[in-house]
Amino acid sequence: MTTHSSTTVSAGQLPARRQARRRLAGLVAFALLLALLIPLSVVVGSRPIGFEAAWRAISAFDPANSEHLLVVHLRIPRTLLAIVVGAGLGVAGAIMQALTRNPLADPGLFGVNAGAAAAVAAAIAYLGTANVTAYMGFGLLGAGLAGAAIYALGDLGRGANPVRVVLAGAAISVVLLSLTQIILINSDERIFDQYRHWTVGSLQGRGFEVMGPVSLLTALGLGIALLLARPLDALALGQDLSRALGTNPARVWSLAAIAVIVLAGAATAAAGPIGFIGLTAPHLARFITGPSHRWLLPYAMIVSAALMLAADILGRVIAPPGEIGVGIMVALMGGPFFVAMVRRRRIAQL
Amino acid sequence: MSFQRRIGPDGVPGFVWHGRRLSLALDWRPLLVTLALLLAAAAIAVLAMTIGRIPLAPADVLAIVFGQGPGGSAEQVVRNVRLPRVLTGFCVGAALGVSGAVFQSVSRNALGSPDIIGFTTGAAAGALAQIVLFGGGPTAVAVSAVLGGVVTAVLVYALSVKGGVSGGYRLVLTGIGVGAGLTAFNGLMLVKGDLDDAVAANLWLAGSLNARTWLHVLPVAIGCVVLIPMVALLARPLSMMEMGDELARQLGVHVERTRLVAIFLAVLLASLATGSAGPIAFVALAAPQLVRRLARSRTLPVLSSAAMGAGLLVVADLISQAMPFRIVVPIGRMTGLVGGIYLIWLLTRARRL
Repeated sequence: MTTHSSTTVSAGQLPARRQARRRLAGLVAFALLLALLIPLSVVVGSRPIGFEAAWRAISAFDPANSEHLLVVHLRIPRTLLAIVVGAGLGVAGAIMQALTRNPLADPGLFGVNAGAAAAVAAAIAYLGTANVTAYMGFGLLGAGLAGAAIYALGDLGRGANPVRVVLAGAAISVVLLSLTQIILINSDERIFDQYRHWTVGSLQGRGFEVMGPVSLLTALGLGIALLLARPLDALALGQDLSRALGTNPARVWSLAAIAVIVLAGAATAAAGPIGFIGLTAPHLARFITGPSHRWLLPYAMIVSAALMLAADILGRVIAPPGEIGVGIMVALMGGPFFVAMVRRRRIAQL
Repeated sequence: MSFQRRIGPDGVPGFVWHGRRLSLALDWRPLLVTLALLLAAAAIAVLAMTIGRIPLAPADVLAIVFGQGPGGSAEQVVRNVRLPRVLTGFCVGAALGVSGAVFQSVSRNALGSPDIIGFTTGAAAGALAQIVLFGGGPTAVAVSAVLGGVVTAVLVYALSVKGGVSGGYRLVLTGIGVGAGLTAFNGLMLVKGDLDDAVAANLWLAGSLNARTWLHVLPVAIGCVVLIPMVALLARPLSMMEMGDELARQLGVHVERTRLVAIFLAVLLASLATGSAGPIAFVALAAPQLVRRLARSRTLPVLSSAAMGAGLLVVADLISQAMPFRIVVPIGRMTGLVGGIYLIWLLTRARRL
């Protein structure tokens, strides 16, 4: 890895092309890393399974074999879900920081995490909900409602004022989180016990019932997001200049907000609130790519998917016999690395 | 010495006080807003002292506070229970408001609060470790919280200094990284800890003004009286630094020293507040933003942030005590509700921010 700061781009045609090639190579390298992690994720766990047995579970599935059942109904959907959730959160975070031009912004700022948390806490406390598929349903409902409220309060349909959106998001999030805590403090201890396991973020026990709907939503969100890469670059120059370059700031803002709400809402509903990825993966990607979103979005997607999967694998084996949720694992792994990067690199600002 | 009316460069009415060698220019609006907020907070504080198991009239409360009470149990209750509680809330709110104003200025970020330097998460980590791993009492928990917060803040600042310069942006990013790691640690404590400990930890995280004594009031009150004027003296250089380090340096500001001193004072204020009442959500973030919209002051709103923070906390405390149902609402959560709803209301009302 050599110089990555955005200031070197202006050095003429050839370096720019070489830089593009190098970025593409980096992207391929991360994709290969992800591809290596996938089979590892299928075989590693509280009950280790051989590569051969895992392959037979896919090629010649035997419903009477417990190892085969484990691979097909738990390990594979869980692996795919880690990738889907990671990719969604990474891209949502990158868009969020681009929109608000705030390095402290994470996808949770659109209230989706707080909304999902409030809905799940209420469902556990008042409806006795106790399985991950139902958590996903309530999580989606809460995230959607909170996202809609912030969309309205931040005037997102009518254009963009970053500070207004940030404050609207912070205000609605804190109200919802306070309500969540008030529900928990006034209910039985068992309800808090259930909630605390949801709230740190985990992929344990998520099967195809969770993976299916979440993947569909994430695909939709990623589609919108990748279309926005060029307009987001233009918007980074300021609203007036971006209008002169032919983008419509109001439309970019509302589409981007919808993408963030869909991506982060689906991810939170599936795995609980995972703050770290959405906040730091865009910064990590920006160390490599500089601020251009055409590179930043794919990098953020693939870096955070790989980080998420690696954290999930490690969390399964680090503290036997139990497991440590991916939300905790990813921050324990990524936090020190992130600080080291901040110290070492020249920072590409937003 | 004389007073003189003055119109500021952008048409803001104000006045100038001329001393012998120094003169002081002030705008009317921030001054009036600060005074109004302080008066309102004091009035609500008196109101809060009237309710409880022994209801009192506001006049009686005032008489007792000023030492002319009738004596007896009412006086005992006000002197030893209600007054410490209200004063703790008042001072904690003021300290947090000022701390938030400093951090929002230093980081040039509307989301800035003592948390960006990892203070709040560090304090929570210290307290959770004490509760879950060592099982200490309330005093031990408060001490560990303050220690955890201060150690984290020092660590984040040290990690972000490079070549003698910390820089707002790198400070923010380092704070994010360290804070994320500590959040994960806190999650681990909550999930892997014994359920009873986890419930106790969750309650501590909500902050509390119950059973406060003069021992809780004194540190934070002294801190406010000493430290807030010191921050107010830094308001001018800090406002200049919001325009960028280079420009401020050309205007004669010792940028790095000012930043270090300001962060030090703000962390001290936040840690005194956390030691007295636990982590109180949102006051540090909301108070400076709210007064900026009310007072439209042109420099860093230090005193008005203090008044707003104190007001927010006293109102939240009054509401949580007067809750009609048998619902427990910890003060930290009530500040979240009150501050959040107020901010939402302000956002729906204001077309331009």
